[in-house]
Amino acid sequence: MTALTVPVRPEHSVTPLTSAVVFVGRSIRHALRDVEALTMAIVLPVMLMLLFTFVFGGALDREGGYVQYVVPGIILLCAGFGASSTAVDVARDMSDGIVDRFRTMPLRSRGVVTGHVAASLLRNLLATGVVIGVALLVGFRPTADALQWAGALGVVALFILAITWLYAGIGLAAKSPTAASGYGFALLFLPYLSSAFVPTDTMPSWLQWVAENQPITPIIETIRALLFGRDPGSDLWWALGWCALIIAGAYVWAAWLFSRSAARR
Amino acid sequence: MNRMAIEVAGVHKSYGTQTVLDGIDLRVEAGSVFALLGPNGAGKTTLITILSTLVRPDAGTVTIAGHDLAADPDGIRRSISVTGQAAAVDGVLTGDENLRMMARLSGFTAPAAKRRASELIERFDLGPAARKRVATYSGGMRRRLDLALSLVATPPVIFLDEPTTGLDTRSRQTLWDIIQDLARRGTTILLTTQYLEEADQLADRIAVLDHGVIVAEGTAAELKAQVGGEVVELRDARGEVIRELPTDGSVEALRAAIDELDAFGTVDGTIGIRKPSLDDAFLALTGQPALTTPATQKEAVR
Repeated sequence: MTALTVPVRPEHSVTPLTSAVVFVGRSIRHALRDVEALTMAIVLPVMLMLLFTFVFGGALDREGGYVQYVVPGIILLCAGFGASSTAVDVARDMSDGIVDRFRTMPLRSRGVVTGHVAASLLRNLLATGVVIGVALLVGFRPTADALQWAGALGVVALFILAITWLYAGIGLAAKSPTAASGYGFALLFLPYLSSAFVPTDTMPSWLQWVAENQPITPIIETIRALLFGRDPGSDLWWALGWCALIIAGAYVWAAWLFSRSAARR
Repeated sequence: MNRMAIEVAGVHKSYGTQTVLDGIDLRVEAGSVFALLGPNGAGKTTLITILSTLVRPDAGTVTIAGHDLAADPDGIRRSISVTGQAAAVDGVLTGDENLRMMARLSGFTAPAAKRRASELIERFDLGPAARKRVATYSGGMRRRLDLALSLVATPPVIFLDEPTTGLDTRSRQTLWDIIQDLARRGTTILLTTQYLEEADQLADRIAVLDHGVIVAEGTAAELKAQVGGEVVELRDARGEVIRELPTDGSVEALRAAIDELDAFGTVDGTIGIRKPSLDDAFLALTGQPALTTPATQKEAVR
């Protein structure tokens, strides 16, 4: 048996930035090794894109123009699916001893959740790229300039962050990874009750009220307007406001759940 | 520098109506090995989670390496490392990645973290598996990695919560060697165990915890002496032991033991007298037999 080297202990504690970088790196490794989730993140956008264009698209618009309408909806639907795995990842971490080890170290341990959120953002931006790529192949012809493209992608990124933080909170609130997966499912229906797939004025009036006042609709309309070079008008401010509100609320909720989960043991 | 590495006074912890710790007082000298011995459910793990800053006690004070738990938990976190009952390792990452991650989180630069990881891989005999995902490791390998993670940045105080539960004999001996080696280097070690043999082998002092109360504390020899001078064995007519009674060796105590034999209504019973073991001490203190063979206890940790 070789002798243990003389105890080495760096004097300083790590900064929140260093620990955040380490946790993000950890979550990206997790994401890359979860082959099934990564495959889903790429295959699902392709399948949904083809389904909505070639199966439903003909019935919804006989001229074949539905693909021009539906792309923002599919981006958000895929981002929602992709982000939902964050709930399971976070719940799995919390049921493991590894988070307790982080908590006994002098560092900001809730950065472990931030790591999962950052990895989800990267994974879902990749999925968004796949959606747009396939859309262009099947006839999507956006007319946005570079600035409008940047704006549209920025809103998509904000939406991904918002929904991922919500899922992170769900993962912390759930008692097991399986439960986290179940609770998270409800959120996936929100895009259907919005202007993502059909204009809201085709819905019964009570549902129309729900669809027009829920956060997905202004986000969808903003992305749609920007991609076709139109001025999103007040939808942009509603979209930004909703995202900021959800990110702030979900972040505070997640931070509270994280500290409570330690105290409750 | 205070001679006491760990000072615990009047610690209480309840969950709902269930009292888990009912007034714990402990003093652990710097550089010593201290064993908390107790049956399942005695409150050992709860006490470790409190000392390692994971849970706040309902009442009482804790000072570790001069840092007060209520005022300066981060000071404590800088002074300790913890190896829990459930191996706290990242199953998706490889052993090497686990060690490097922990080194980075302990303030090592990336190149230094890499060097430290290689040292620990060699030290803990993890070489062939270092580049495999931890999810594929055996229970013993996970435990060794778990301990290596705790020693990435060697702190002055180490908590080991049932470190050898679920280990085979060889792995257990390796772990004992490592613990003794650390103790020689001046690290303070607080370990919990259900096994008398482990406490006897490793610890300078032992506290027996039962139902949230420390029922005895001292060296192994002192605990044995506390039971009394002799143990009286009561046997029935077939020679089977029906009762073991610790006595102080006096005639009165022997007479009381014989009275007790009568109370069983045993006909043709016999008595024998022998020296007490740590088992007897444990039995006398907690009312239940100790576990003497680690390998057969609890299910193996995966």
